[in-house]
Amino acid sequence: MKNKFIALAALAIGFASCEPEFEKEVTADYSAGEADFSSYVAVGNSLTAGFMDNTVSRVGQTYSYPNLLAQQFALVGGGAFTQPSFAEDVNNLGGFAGQPGSTRLVIDATQLNADGTRGAVEPIAGASTITLTPQAKAYNNMGVPGAKSFHLGIQGYGALNPYFARHATTPTATVLGDAMSKAPTFFTNWIGSNDVLAYATSGGVGVDQNAAGNTNPTTYGFNDITNANTFNSVYSTIVNTLTSNGAKGVVCTIPSVTSIPFFTTVKYNPIPDAALSANPNIALITSLHQFLALATNGRISPLNVADGLPNAVIINDETLSDLGTQITAFANGSGNPILIANASTLGNLYGRARSATSSDLIVLRASSIIGQVNTSAPAPFNVNGVTLPLSDQFVLIPSELTAISNATAAYNNSIISIADAKNAAAGKTVVAVADMNAILAKLVSGLKIETGSIYTANYFGGSATEGQVLFSLDGVHPNARGYAVIANEIIKVINTKFKANLPLQNPTYFPGINILPTN
Amino acid sequence: MRKLFSLSLLTLASATMFAGGYRVSIQGQKQLAMGHTGVAVVNSAEVAFFNPAGMSFLDKKFNLSVGGNALFAKTRFQSSQFNQTAATDNVGTPFSLYATYKINDWVSAGLAVYTPYGSSVEWNQDWAGAHLVNNIDLQAIFIQPTISFKIEDKFSIGGGPIFVQGSVNFNRNLTPNPVLSNNGSGTDVTLDASGISATGYNIGMMFKLTNQVMLGLDYRSEIIMEARGGSANFADVPAIASASFTNTTFSADLPLPAEITAGISYRPTDKWLFAFDYNYTKWDVYKSLDVDFDNTLPTSVNPRNYKNASTYRLGAQYQANDKFTFRAGWYFDESPVQDGYFAPETPRNDSNGYTGGLTYQVNSKLGIDLSFLYLHFDQVDNSYDYFDDPTTTTGLSSFGGTYKSSVFSPGIGITYGF
Repeated sequence: MKNKFIALAALAIGFASCEPEFEKEVTADYSAGEADFSSYVAVGNSLTAGFMDNTVSRVGQTYSYPNLLAQQFALVGGGAFTQPSFAEDVNNLGGFAGQPGSTRLVIDATQLNADGTRGAVEPIAGASTITLTPQAKAYNNMGVPGAKSFHLGIQGYGALNPYFARHATTPTATVLGDAMSKAPTFFTNWIGSNDVLAYATSGGVGVDQNAAGNTNPTTYGFNDITNANTFNSVYSTIVNTLTSNGAKGVVCTIPSVTSIPFFTTVKYNPIPDAALSANPNIALITSLHQFLALATNGRISPLNVADGLPNAVIINDETLSDLGTQITAFANGSGNPILIANASTLGNLYGRARSATSSDLIVLRASSIIGQVNTSAPAPFNVNGVTLPLSDQFVLIPSELTAISNATAAYNNSIISIADAKNAAAGKTVVAVADMNAILAKLVSGLKIETGSIYTANYFGGSATEGQVLFSLDGVHPNARGYAVIANEIIKVINTKFKANLPLQNPTYFPGINILPTN
Repeated sequence: MRKLFSLSLLTLASATMFAGGYRVSIQGQKQLAMGHTGVAVVNSAEVAFFNPAGMSFLDKKFNLSVGGNALFAKTRFQSSQFNQTAATDNVGTPFSLYATYKINDWVSAGLAVYTPYGSSVEWNQDWAGAHLVNNIDLQAIFIQPTISFKIEDKFSIGGGPIFVQGSVNFNRNLTPNPVLSNNGSGTDVTLDASGISATGYNIGMMFKLTNQVMLGLDYRSEIIMEARGGSANFADVPAIASASFTNTTFSADLPLPAEITAGISYRPTDKWLFAFDYNYTKWDVYKSLDVDFDNTLPTSVNPRNYKNASTYRLGAQYQANDKFTFRAGWYFDESPVQDGYFAPETPRNDSNGYTGGLTYQVNSKLGIDLSFLYLHFDQVDNSYDYFDDPTTTTGLSSFGGTYKSSVFSPGIGITYGF
């Protein structure tokens, strides 16, 4: 009998030791390091607000990188993280009530694109339910879409920006003031993109205030490039304010526009031979280009619809001298009755026109108009980009690109040197820098995340590329997956600079593009 | 759009139906209690499985052994990189039935029915590794009519064909990417095949070196389970992709590898018996699991790249008196899964098995057998690095973390003989 008890005891031990247990809990090594996440406040613009697909929506906002960061901070003593209320957006459409077409962008699988393929990008059907009803409340996420660096300190900025109008604590509140009312112990600050991006996305129609030497932002138009000295001074104020109560934080550099799909998706030579050959006026168009090649001293290249290579669009370059008179004279002397009849029109249309080159960037908005008939011009001079030069707002020419890259470099130098100065003064890391410019630049060659998946900046190119896209359909803002990548880069900086140990988000599990069978 | 979907979205990966981790050896109460040794042990009708040649050395004219186990297999997963945790608790019920009959002095016949592959793993639907497996349930019954010839007093051979009846049910998400999701629930596919038949054989020889020492050698052939015409049903397909993901049938081949076992037993006295077995399993036949859909969906190729694996077994038996016999054993089971191929449908690394048991002899004919098995797994950091995400065209993605498993299995059986 004794042996029986031993056997039973052995069985009992077997059962008891059956539960598999790890040597340590999954959360055992997580730590806040030198940081204190008890009150985390995010300052910034649309990128911080969780803006994607051309709007902030109720669901989209939950994927903002500050919200994703806060989820990880919560593991190591992070406090509650609040974001401006979008509870009104019951159908998750984004936009603003009363503004048709302001809803979030989706792919409509059955809708035709300009090039004949299906899957056009369009605002999701339905009317937005987001109102400007004041919430009069400060939130942890103080990302305000559209905000430039100098906007954060403007009293009554809500009058200029409907997003801030929704939650400004008072009619005269500043974004920074509301942020400080949350008494941050930790902050992220990603402001400054709009100081150059508004100019870039508008195709450079604004004023480069660096070239103009204008440091007074109250005189700036929305599409202007902020003067770098102005940026430096404003940014310094923001960082000093955020750190004034001993908070630590991360500042993010400004990505170069050449890495975002808004400027890389449409090529300078997007017109395939076949599309041209299909045009009933192709003979006329070809001879027009031959004439223009001669009359513009080669600014416009002859078309070649047989070489298998796509053809460049023609654009208006306001930096060129006006050859209108010469073109008109050439037309009158050509002996061709059509050219003679349109001599002055040709001079007006093509005086500053040239064929685009690989040094020009065509904005994403142009994709829907290139090759389309423009009713504002007479036939056959009315085919956008083919016989009608694309206007300034659709093209960034090299001089504009230089203005943009110079400004971006100057801003990023300011951000880094302001952070360095802070840290040097404190003798430790107070403000860490997340070099978003360097990270997003990697997208050009493909960003490989921790699981091995490779993401590229490719604008949504059909479902075949869906899994690789980190940008939303507006071509400027990341999608949810892209925000997860950004959150991870900031986490890595925090882990390194503040000796913290925070887990990453797995971008693979975040949604990309929203495709609907019909819209 | 539709075309793009059908071109790119589908490289369905599937699960290991018959993985090394699920070859939990429970083919007889007495032998399990002795570390699942048995190729050179003549103890009961269980020898029909372990080495058919041994049937010739059984003393009694008729031997019957019937038993079953409750198999509790638990696995925990965690990833500190992404703060993920998951758990799966599963119960299996392997059973066995062996009968032998000594027709005359030199020939014995027998029947063996056993379930060497039969287990399930069920993770929470849509868990972090759902793109590799949500759940899998595998059943296979081996039926082996057996015959054994005693060539002379010291040597015998035996063997028989194996007829397998199997079924498998397997569910996984198509991709970790929620683009293919419907109301938050990932698009998944269920592969279901039943009535899979296959054949193989089991042959062995046994040599009585001395009255104390027995040598045995056994070979079980490779068996390819060919699933044909099983159903592949898609669920939670978003409207945009419904044209591509239509329910269909599939074909897949699942190898059960050949296994060779050599062993020795030593009976120094009437009371004591010691045994040692060495198994070598030709797992390298399992290169890849390819699921071929019978519609336009592309074939799903899932590298497995198993390696051949060895198992070392020790067992002892002590007959205390006429009523009680006690047994104990240990074995080391080498996992065939190589680093980087560690998938959550077979979350098994090398393990140490500890076994024990006893027989209570009710009378000279009837005995009651009890056994237990405890499989200990060290926690392991590993990953499956070969998931070809159908929504990307470049890069294989990796899923991994820390795994910890345990298996506990009590069993009961009866032995009857005259």
